[in-house]
This record gives sequence, structure tokens and C-alpha cells, in this order.
Amino acid sequence: MVVEAVSGRDVVLGRLRAAIGESGAGIPVLRDYRREGAVDLDLLVDRLTDYRARVHRVPETTVAETIADLLPASATVVVPPGLPSAWLPATVTVLPDDGLDNARIAAADGVVTAAAVAVAETGTVVLDGSPDQGRRVLSLLPDLHICVVRAAQVVAGVPAALARLTPHRPLTWISGPSATSDIELHRVEGVHGPRTLHVILLP
Amino acid sequence: MPATAPQGVGQLRGAEPFPDAARRALADPHLRRNLRHATATIRAKSAAVIAEVPDWEQLRAAGSAIKSDVLARLPELLEQVESRVTAAGGVVHWAADATEANRIVTELVAATGSDRVIKVKSMATQEIGLNEALESAGITPVETDLAELIVQLGEDRPSHILVPAIHRNRAEIREIFLRAMPGADPALTDEPVVLAAAARRYLRQTFLTTPVAVSGANFAVAETGTLAVVESEGNGRMCLTLPETLITVMGVEKVVPTWRDLEVFLQLLPRASTGERMNPYTSMWTGVTPGDGPQAFHLVLLDNGRSAVLADEVGRQALHCIRCSACLNVCPVYERTGGHAYGSVYPGPIGAVLSPQLTGIADNASLPYASTLCGACYDACPVKINIPDLLVHLRDQAPHPRAEATAMAAAAYTMDHPALYAAAQRAARSGRLLGRRGRGLPPPLDGWTASRDLPEPPAESFREWWSKR
Ligand code: SF4
Repeated sequence: MVVEAVSGRDVVLGRLRAAIGESGAGIPVLRDYRREGAVDLDLLVDRLTDYRARVHRVPETTVAETIADLLPASATVVVPPGLPSAWLPATVTVLPDDGLDNARIAAADGVVTAAAVAVAETGTVVLDGSPDQGRRVLSLLPDLHICVVRAAQVVAGVPAALARLTPHRPLTWISGPSATSDIELHRVEGVHGPRTLHVILLP
Repeated sequence: MPATAPQGVGQLRGAEPFPDAARRALADPHLRRNLRHATATIRAKSAAVIAEVPDWEQLRAAGSAIKSDVLARLPELLEQVESRVTAAGGVVHWAADATEANRIVTELVAATGSDRVIKVKSMATQEIGLNEALESAGITPVETDLAELIVQLGEDRPSHILVPAIHRNRAEIREIFLRAMPGADPALTDEPVVLAAAARRYLRQTFLTTPVAVSGANFAVAETGTLAVVESEGNGRMCLTLPETLITVMGVEKVVPTWRDLEVFLQLLPRASTGERMNPYTSMWTGVTPGDGPQAFHLVLLDNGRSAVLADEVGRQALHCIRCSACLNVCPVYERTGGHAYGSVYPGPIGAVLSPQLTGIADNASLPYASTLCGACYDACPVKINIPDLLVHLRDQAPHPRAEATAMAAAAYTMDHPALYAAAQRAARSGRLLGRRGRGLPPPLDGWTASRDLPEPPAESFREWWSKR
């Protein structure tokens, strides 16, 4: 005779059901915290700078110029497939991501992406994998990340940001460059992610 | 039917009772200096950014209510997570305990053919002793969080939830790297920038060539099947993005009902934890995304004693914990003894209530006494876990320490240390203790006062009066 093994699923759910007894009714949650607020671009700049991101407020027509100033001539830059080409200066070598392998991405001098949302209160930019932001790996391996944010993408706080984002996309929330404080709580930038983060803020 | 975490596997039980382990830590001035510096620094940063948030108390209350709601209907929410993750291309596994979770993960790794995994720092995998299980199956786990790497290379144990190598200073870290990091430059200095760069070089190649990663999770959203990992260094992003296979081990209590609930916890966690407005990186993913990131995703839902905690209506609030470590940083006992004294991967005030509940109180009977009941942990907790109440509740179940010598030593030590004594005085004055234990110091210090008259606790202690002058 074959004895059917009880699955881990049945065991765990059975134990949890036994633990809470009959109840199972939800408990109401009062949401009287702030969910909306005025968008303050100066606050975003302040918070980004405080986290050692470098911020450039320029009109859209000068994005390419601004980027040219940030990168040495002949630098190699990875870009997601849907990035506006007008943002890229002629001085750099552009590698559009058509399935680049990790070694080529890691060897690039930098990456330029757009963003989905930026959070003023926390100094955060969020990428959601849209064509102008690309795969997650693009903004991870190069040592320098330039992120272009439009003013219309800026929200006041975290609740407004979540409301604008789509959960089933892969999301990366970035607040300043990669950092560690593991050695005597001394902050060091760029352990694994990009050591330098530039945010270009468009009107 | 709820079961506690099994013996003989994982890291929830210390080799010795808290007072014995604590005594050794207390004798190490160097350790105490490191701890004091670290906890004071994080406390100050955290207080400053919490003060920026005008609705902090409303957020705490909402966080607490969401967690109570989660626990009240946990089975249903987990089934929802399972169906959403499955629909998004992931595979969900259920592990009744550490042994089963280790077996599941080991088999999944073995199936990829890799003999190495990269790991994101995770309390759940430490709790179950996953690294040891992988090693005994011939698989090398590589910790990629800088502090965890320091701990792993130093053949040491983590001593803090958030900064696991808090007990090490830069000179010690340099020595560990020189001794144990393959390819470490002999000219390495002890500058943090230089040490971090050495770790970056060492780990880069490993990130790029290891096809499987193991992570924990901070949150799982039932409504959408979305998992979230909060981190600083980018090692988490590396592990969550580069490998072909991702295996996430998560305690069942980490689920939240809705996408919107993240708006509460993403505000509470970084400010309470590292004292940042937001941690440098948060990654969220739902199942698999074609062409982006791991193409195989496994979620292992872990009980390992959580159902036993849930069965206790008072004790279950310990499952609210979002592992921010704020309670450690304000605890006068933790500040002096450090994390190792607690024996479990969960140290400090939360460890003193969570570990004995997960293992059954008999296996961690001294932990509910590892506190002055001063209440600072309750005030600091972003999800309002009433840790002092829980400690008293657990003391009622734990056999009182037999040796009066233990209580005596603790009392003598406290009298010697003004901040602790002040905390004990404050606790003694609170109705919580006066009501239950009579007048005096809280246990185990009450062993000292039982046969002596402690002066009546004044309405305002001398220290409080003095500090206001
Ligand atoms: S008990 Fe509260 S303060 Fe302590 S780690 Fe958990 S959430 Fe943070």
C-alpha cells in the first residue's frame, strides 16, 4: 500500500489555521497618514544631493550637452533601446541594449536611462523597465549612472509613487549611489552598484 | 498542532544561557566600545529623520494594524500569494521547518547543476542554518553583503540584525580580509574605502559567473504576488538580477495584503532601521519577467515555529516585526552585551521575545530575563510591538532562573551602571511592574530586592530630576 505523503503546504496551512482558530476576519486599518502632498522640486534636489547624487537642472534641449560634460570624450555608454536619441552627445560611443552580455555592460563607462517616478521627500528615482529604462542589469553594472527625470514624473512622497507604479513590472528604487556603512558605520559609496549617480532634472 | 522550530538544526538556540554569555561580553571593553559607538550613531540618525515625518505616529499605528490584520487571516493571504506568484511564472514551496526548507533549497540548487550560490543577507536563511546545509551537500554559499562577508570570512557569527559585523573594527576587518579573502592585496590598508573596494573586486566575478542566488524578502504582497528586498550596497540587486535562478526564502509572516500597504512599510523601515529617508536600493519583482532578470523563480514559505507564535494571542505580535533593529539600538542590555550573548540569530529585545517563542520557552528560558523592561524598545518599534509586555508574559511561562547568583550578578552589574539602573528604576515605577510583581526591580533583578528593601521608587528619579536642571 502506498501512503500519500502529507505535503508541506497542507502541514503549514493546517498549523496556521489551528493557531488562529475560527476568527479569520480582517482587522480594519486606519489610513490617516499623509497620502498626497504638494510636489516640491527643490526638495527633491536637496534630498538627492544629501544622498550624494549629483543633480543638474537643465532644459531638455541641453541634455546631450550636459551628458557630454559628465563623460570623457570617447567614453562608452550603454543605453536602453527606447531612450530618446536626442539626449545622447556625439562625443560618446553609444551601445544600445539589444541583448548585450553582462561583460559588455560591465565594461561600459556609464549608462543613461530615463525614470518612471521620482519621490521628492526621500530623494528617490524609480525605474520600471519601460523601453527608455531597460533591463535592470543596465543600471547595475556600469560604475556611473545618469538618470533623466522629467518634472511631471516627480511626486511628493512614497504613497503617491506606489500609486503611479505598476506592480508586475520589475521595479528598482534608487536613492543615491550604492553605499555601505558596514565598516564602523563609515559611509562608503559604491560597493557593488554604480559609485556615481547623476540625476538630470528636466522642467 | 502548531509546532515549534526543531532542535539540532538552524540558529535559534545558544550554547549557554544568556547570563553566562553576557558575562563574557561584559568583560570585553573593546566590544562594548564598538557597540556603544554604533548604537548611538544609528539612534541619532534615526531620530533626526523620524522627526522630519509629521505623521510618524499615524504610520506606526497603520503598520501595526496592517500586521494584526495579516496575522488574523494569514492562511488566506498565503494562498493568495501562492496563486499570484504561480500565475506570474514562479514556483511556490511550503516548508514546515528548517530541515524541510534546507532540503527544498538544496534540491533546487542541485537541480541547476551549480556548486555555488550567491546570497543576499537574510535573517530567514540564517535562522534555518542554510549555509551549513548547503555546505554539507557540497555547495558553497557566498555571502555578498559586506558585513555578512566579513562575518563569513572571519568564521564568526552576526551580532546585529542590520550591521552584522558591528562588533568588528576596521583593523580586525583588514586582518580577516588578508587571511581569508582569495586574492586580497597584501598592501591593503584599513581605510573603509579601501576595504570596500577589495570586497567589490572579490565579489564582482562571483556575481557574474554564479547561475543561482538565494535571498530573503522584506515583504510579499498578497494582492499582486510582488516580492520586495530592501538594501544598500547593490549586492542584493546583483543577486536578484544576474543569475538564471532565484530562490527566495521567506517567513510566512512577511506577507502584506495589498500593494498600497507598502506605502506604510517603505516609510517606516528605512527611517527606523538605518536612519535614512530611504535605503539606497529597493528591488521589487513579480514572478519572472521575460528577458529581464532570473528566468526561474522559487519562493519558499517558511513556518519553523511561526505557527506556534501565532497560536499565542499575546505573543503573536512578535510576528509584526519588520527586522528594522531599532529595538536593539535603544536597548541598554544589548548595548553592553552585544548580539552573540542572545545565542540566536535574533538578538536584542525582539530576540528575547521571538527566539523563546519559536523554539518553545524551555530552550531559551533565560532570554525573557535579558531585559530591564525599561520600555525603550516599545517606544522605538515602528510597528508598535509591546516588547516589555511580551517579556513579562513569557516570564510567566519560563521557569524562574534557579540560581540566585544569576540574579545577584545581574543586580550588582546594574547597580554599577547608572544608565541601566536608571532604566530599571523607570521600569519599577511603571504600573506594568508594580501591578504584577510588587514593588522592586524587575526580574531577574528582583532576586536582589526580594530580601532587601529597595527604597520606594520616587515619582521622579534623581537622574531625571538632575537631567532637567
Ligand atoms: S521588534 Fe520592532 S523595533 Fe525591533 S526589529 Fe522588530 S520592528 Fe524593529
